[in-house]
Amino acid sequence: MALVEGGLTISSPAGKIAEVIEAQTTLFTAQCYELYGLPALGSLVRTGDVYGIVASAATVPLEAGRRPVALGHDVATEEAVFRENPQLGRLFRSEFSAVVVGFREGERVYQYLPALPARIHGFVYLCGDEEVRTFSRSLGFLETLLHAVVAVPPEELVSASLRQMSRKHADPDAFLIAAGKMLAHLLSDDYPRLRSILGRLR
Amino acid sequence: MTERLGIVVSASLEGGVVVRLEPGVSVEEMVVGRYVAIQGQRHRFFGMITDVRLEMTDERLASAPPEAGEPLLASVVSGVNTYGIIRVTPMLTIGGDAVTILEGPQPVKTIPAHFSPVELASERDMELVFGQENERNFHIGNPLDMETKLCLNLEEFVKRSNGIFGKSGTGKTFLTRILLIGMLQKSRAVNLIFDMHNEYGWQGTNEAGPPVKGLKQLFPAAVAVYTLDEENSVRRGVKVDSVVKIGYDEIEPDDIALLRQTLNLTELAVEASYQLRRRFGRQWIQRTLELEDAEEVRGLLEETKIHESTFQSLRRGLNTIRRLPFITSHAAEDIVPKILAHLDRGVNVVLEFGRYREIAAYVLVANMLARRIYAHYQAQTEKAMAEGSSPPRPLVITIEEAHRFLNPEIAAQTIFGTIAREMRKYNVTLLVIDQRPSGISEEVMSQLGTKITCLLDNERDIDSVLAGVSGKSELKTVLARLAPKRQALIFGHAVPMPVAFQPVSYDADFYARLAGRKAAGKTEDLEKFW
Ligand SMILES: Nc1ncnc2c1ncn2[C@@H]1O[C@H](COP(=O)(O)OP(=O)(O)O)[C@@H](O)[C@H]1O
Ligand SMILES: [Mg+2]
Repeated sequence: MALVEGGLTISSPAGKIAEVIEAQTTLFTAQCYELYGLPALGSLVRTGDVYGIVASAATVPLEAGRRPVALGHDVATEEAVFRENPQLGRLFRSEFSAVVVGFREGERVYQYLPALPARIHGFVYLCGDEEVRTFSRSLGFLETLLHAVVAVPPEELVSASLRQMSRKHADPDAFLIAAGKMLAHLLSDDYPRLRSILGRLR
Repeated sequence: MTERLGIVVSASLEGGVVVRLEPGVSVEEMVVGRYVAIQGQRHRFFGMITDVRLEMTDERLASAPPEAGEPLLASVVSGVNTYGIIRVTPMLTIGGDAVTILEGPQPVKTIPAHFSPVELASERDMELVFGQENERNFHIGNPLDMETKLCLNLEEFVKRSNGIFGKSGTGKTFLTRILLIGMLQKSRAVNLIFDMHNEYGWQGTNEAGPPVKGLKQLFPAAVAVYTLDEENSVRRGVKVDSVVKIGYDEIEPDDIALLRQTLNLTELAVEASYQLRRRFGRQWIQRTLELEDAEEVRGLLEETKIHESTFQSLRRGLNTIRRLPFITSHAAEDIVPKILAHLDRGVNVVLEFGRYREIAAYVLVANMLARRIYAHYQAQTEKAMAEGSSPPRPLVITIEEAHRFLNPEIAAQTIFGTIAREMRKYNVTLLVIDQRPSGISEEVMSQLGTKITCLLDNERDIDSVLAGVSGKSELKTVLARLAPKRQALIFGHAVPMPVAFQPVSYDADFYARLAGRKAAGKTEDLEKFW
């Protein structure tokens, strides 16, 4: 159950990782099938035809109001805590919110809000490399992210998504420069913000 | 060549067009004076780059620029948040409507639309505007940083008086020689050159190497060299056609008036010369100088009411003239008809001054000869008009140190002032060369049709050359940034728009090109006359 960056399902890109439990036009929240089965901050996910960028995540008790107690006093490793308390996996849940950044219609991808929000209980997939490359051929989603109203500062969100995406590109530097130019246009009157985002790409 | 430089982001007829450079285009390649073409929606505009500037979208970039450890930031902001701006002064439009298609480039009456693409003017653009090299258009150089030939229509050029300016050593003499050759080959005009420094007739000095060929070496049949200093000319190996001597009796009080400052004469002394001329007739100088007897002098002064000191001052001045070696009491041969005969046949005349380069000699001789030659042209033209016959061949008189003849104090009196003011009434125009144009009267400057100026650094000189030109302040930037040698700005009557250019190299290649053309050109006709 080691947490690999990019999500547990990195080895099986086609597999579903979560299910939508709350959906708005601009945001959807999904619960992971596995505890800690979270996609990394900034990852591109899709439910139905709606694309989102993972914007925040949390692991919380299944029953609201229940507080966990410390269990590791007598064991040597953190893994051992779970080994000796197998029920834990069912008492907690990992969930995340994704900012809606676009949708697809047939072959085409549109980087603006879909007409309808995601559907409840819709399966959420972590997009594979090819899908990420296709999506990020256009960079309009950056503007959506910059203006997203989420708990995470938009600078963090934008830089996390670019870090994620650049890895999937054959020439990550070229991708970052192109995305950087786009940001430079969007932030032409806010150089400190541009600098702070680009500073997080190093 | 047609690489896109940028797009129009703002413009006004008054202030010119502001172009934002494409991210990949280096501001350092945007040289002031260069021509660009702007493809508007309906017109194609030509304009000159007159300013280059760096801009940023956010001032905070200046206070915290990308650091060495931020290569991504640095490459991202360049061209997006930091970018180059050029200011373009539109000069002409071409195409679009019927008028421009029929009549060629038109003055700019509007501005290009937002985001019109801007590129460097192509060779074809330049040809459309300045014309191709042909039997009228002479290749005088290349627009700055361009391979294109810059051609000048010399038939148009000689219709007005023109000026060549620039500090000493900037290339005026070389440029003049090129233009003289152009006129000789491609216009009907014939030239009379007062060659103060012996640069045009046989050969010219060259700071950078061996002497260069003068007109006579290149066009032996079309050029006659006259000299005031035979000994010197012969020593320099010049094939002299005629030696010029000037008799006192050819000098008129008008010539003295012109020399007032040079000879340090008072106004009264000049006035006295007119009185003495009336009194003694053509022999007035000789008679004035020969008066020895004190009684006679007193008699004369009483009769003419000339003051003793005025008289002595005039005599001192006349003595200075008498000491000029080419002055005799009476010249055996009147040189003017001989010059006129050459000019009538289309033979260009260069008058060398040899060693006699003092300004008094130059002003005196040039004024005297020009006055008489002009009188002849005037008579001929009037006769031709009366009889309906063809007027004399257009004459272009070249003078150096023009401010000596055309300064505000004397421009009204000298023949050169008259010629400049009368435009081409009698088929005579001037080519004036000067390193101090601010010394020339404003009125004369305003009459010059085409001006070609090399680098000038004195503010007053720059102002006087550019006075009355539209886009003056922009051209000023261009002029002030010309190279100290062999770059010039041409504007006025004979060119559709101002352009900074590099004159052709005056060298063996140039001679060879001329020779190639000679066979088919007009010099052949001249050989017949000779
Ligand atoms: N068109 C040219 N071709 C070759 N050399 C030139 C040309 N123009 C200027 N030069 C060089 O520059 C020097 C100065 O030019 P010159 O015409 O004598 O200047 P000015 O008459 O303005 O004092 C010349 O001696 C020559 O070496
Ligand atoms: Mg000179």
